[in-house]
Amino acid sequence: MDFAFSEEQEMLRRSARDFLAKECSSKVVRKLMESTDAYDPALWKKIVELGWTALGIPEQYGGVGTFLDLVVVLEEAGRALLPGPFFATMGLAVPALIEAGTEAQRKEVLGAIAQGTARATLAFTEPSGRWDAGAVTLTAKPSTGGWQLDGVKLFVPDAEAADYIVVAARTRGEGEDGISLFLVKGRPKGMTVTSLKTLDMTRRWNEVRFDAVKLDGASLMGQADSAWPHLRRALDWGTAALCAEMIGGAQKVLETSTEYAKTRHQFGKPIGIYQAVSHKLADMLVLSESGRSATYYAAWAVDADAPDRSLASSMAKAYVSDAYRKISGDGIQVHGGIGFTWEHDMHLYFKRAKSSEVTLGDATFHRELVAQSLDL
Amino acid sequence: MDFDLSESEKTFRDEVRAWLKANVPRKDGPSESDMKAFVESRRAWQRKLYEAGYVGITWPKEYGGRGEGFMQQLIFNDEMIQAKAPEPINVIGLGMGGPVVISHGTEEQKKRYLPPLLSAEEIWCQGFSEPNAGSDLSGLQTRAEDKGDHYLVNGQKVWTTLAHVAKWCMLVTRERKEANPREGLTYLLVDMESPGVEVRPLVQITGDAEFNEIFFKDVKVPKSQILGEAGNGWAVAMTTLLHERGTLGMALATRAQITAAELAEHARKLGRGADPLIRQTVAQYTIEARALQLNGYRAVTAVKRSGIPGPEGSILKLMWSELNQRMAEAAVDMAGPAGQVGDGDGWLYQFLRSRANTIEAGSSEVLRNILAERVLGLPRSR
Repeated sequence: MDFAFSEEQEMLRRSARDFLAKECSSKVVRKLMESTDAYDPALWKKIVELGWTALGIPEQYGGVGTFLDLVVVLEEAGRALLPGPFFATMGLAVPALIEAGTEAQRKEVLGAIAQGTARATLAFTEPSGRWDAGAVTLTAKPSTGGWQLDGVKLFVPDAEAADYIVVAARTRGEGEDGISLFLVKGRPKGMTVTSLKTLDMTRRWNEVRFDAVKLDGASLMGQADSAWPHLRRALDWGTAALCAEMIGGAQKVLETSTEYAKTRHQFGKPIGIYQAVSHKLADMLVLSESGRSATYYAAWAVDADAPDRSLASSMAKAYVSDAYRKISGDGIQVHGGIGFTWEHDMHLYFKRAKSSEVTLGDATFHRELVAQSLDL
Repeated sequence: MDFDLSESEKTFRDEVRAWLKANVPRKDGPSESDMKAFVESRRAWQRKLYEAGYVGITWPKEYGGRGEGFMQQLIFNDEMIQAKAPEPINVIGLGMGGPVVISHGTEEQKKRYLPPLLSAEEIWCQGFSEPNAGSDLSGLQTRAEDKGDHYLVNGQKVWTTLAHVAKWCMLVTRERKEANPREGLTYLLVDMESPGVEVRPLVQITGDAEFNEIFFKDVKVPKSQILGEAGNGWAVAMTTLLHERGTLGMALATRAQITAAELAEHARKLGRGADPLIRQTVAQYTIEARALQLNGYRAVTAVKRSGIPGPEGSILKLMWSELNQRMAEAAVDMAGPAGQVGDGDGWLYQFLRSRANTIEAGSSEVLRNILAERVLGLPRSR
């Protein structure tokens, strides 16, 4: 057993951190935050040149590196609050394509993602906001050699910047039976993408509406009606990936707050000398380290295709959802008034923590999945 | 990153598993209330483990250890718990006494003390805390007076596990008064059979007498029993505590897994599994216990690289103690008013005993100070 990243992965982390400190500073994040799609093609090009969009993609489709390598980069992306479709593409669309795509779809889309010419996302949940199979009610019906999609997808990350959208649709039945995945390229007639005004401005959440959208037969991913097990596996990947982003952000909040407690003086002493402050930081450390352990294990379980990959992802998401929210809230408290200002970055993390918490299932949702695994 | 065992680790695990299957004592051994029989059965069990080569797994071979890595220790701990095997008697000696002798002892001391510690022929206890020196260990007042070839020890220690059956006590004493209270301390290994040593049991809130007070009155301790340098006992004491929280931390991580599984079983038995709040609570503690275990695995990987447990071990102890309290309380609550009757399905003892978890072996307040100061680098509060 060896529960640490390799020397190469640590090098990747250092280079990612250096790159993002330079190219994705708080100034850049704030500029992108105000833009319509939070997507900067020039920054994406640099990310592609670093090879990040090839991480986790199988070699035969132009990929280089493993899911664990991707996790290292995602952690740094979360630390820098990297805006844009990196998580949506690498954390959600890529695993859906790997798990469910036809050979032709994988070749085309994974190849384009790896090369940097395409971005993608996954449209899963709907106005119900559920993250289980029952969330999928958008209908797909056979129609003249192809399919017709009707319905609304909600909370689709970074759909505006996406060239491809993997859409979960219901072709029959209910629950886990009768779910099919479709690969939608571009903006077919009848599909409208609307950006939602949400708390976390560093990431775009979209409504994607389908009004009698016609897709050809080749847009179906794999077999009709039986996509749920594939989608479930893609969500394991996505959940572990999101946790990696979250612990990267939590670590940054902890470091910033610790540094502030060392330098901010009150009553003639650095505030970190007072146990009301230092013990809060110690608790933040415990949460951050434990969230890190749970996340790294989930990432390994997904990468190694261990039998407990879904359980490990649920455990990580339950823990990290609570931990990041608590850490980012306490980060504001440690900073006092300055942490409450728009100018300080603390609120960006606080908002990202909340949006990540409710994405792909919150702590309560994942604890229930864990309870099911305990035969309670 | 790799969670699979190597071939040699698998072989070791299979050996341990087979041995434990054949040798774990049958249940219904003497209970802890029959102290004498309990100690003797645990002593015999440790002797058996020792003869099979499973005590002191990471200790050097020349002193009776197995000379293997932390990974083997971890595998062994897991197998012991899977097999529901009792703990060896000499927990203080194995977790702290031995490691501190290995770190600070002379060659002669290692040869003298380690083999009988491993075989449970000699049991160890730890004389650190005093009535007026708890978290602030450097305030200790037990005196060691230099009498040429020996010290004369006078004073009192408290909360001493196993003192009533121990042969050796790791005793931190004050030899000189210095401006810095961490200076002038001397770490002695005291023969508990020496004239002037008196042990009195201390009854705790569970009704048991697991801890003791020790009184030292003009106890002669030869200078050959100084561990480390005279006057430099603070460093030796700190090594002891590092091992306490490090190696202990690993054992606790595995124990938390078991308690969480027992809690789930308790909920199923009581038929409370359909209650959404209970589902959430049990799942939450199961997740925390798993996170604790995974923290332990990361710490083991770090130890493999650096050789000694770091202050991160404090995270394990802190998390475990607070989690253990919450799990025991949840188990009692789950049963409603019936939870307070009799032994509460075995949980009432844990409910009470776990209150000590956040006090003993470094109170949660001290551990948070350690994390704040030694891991985060915040300024010292004292």
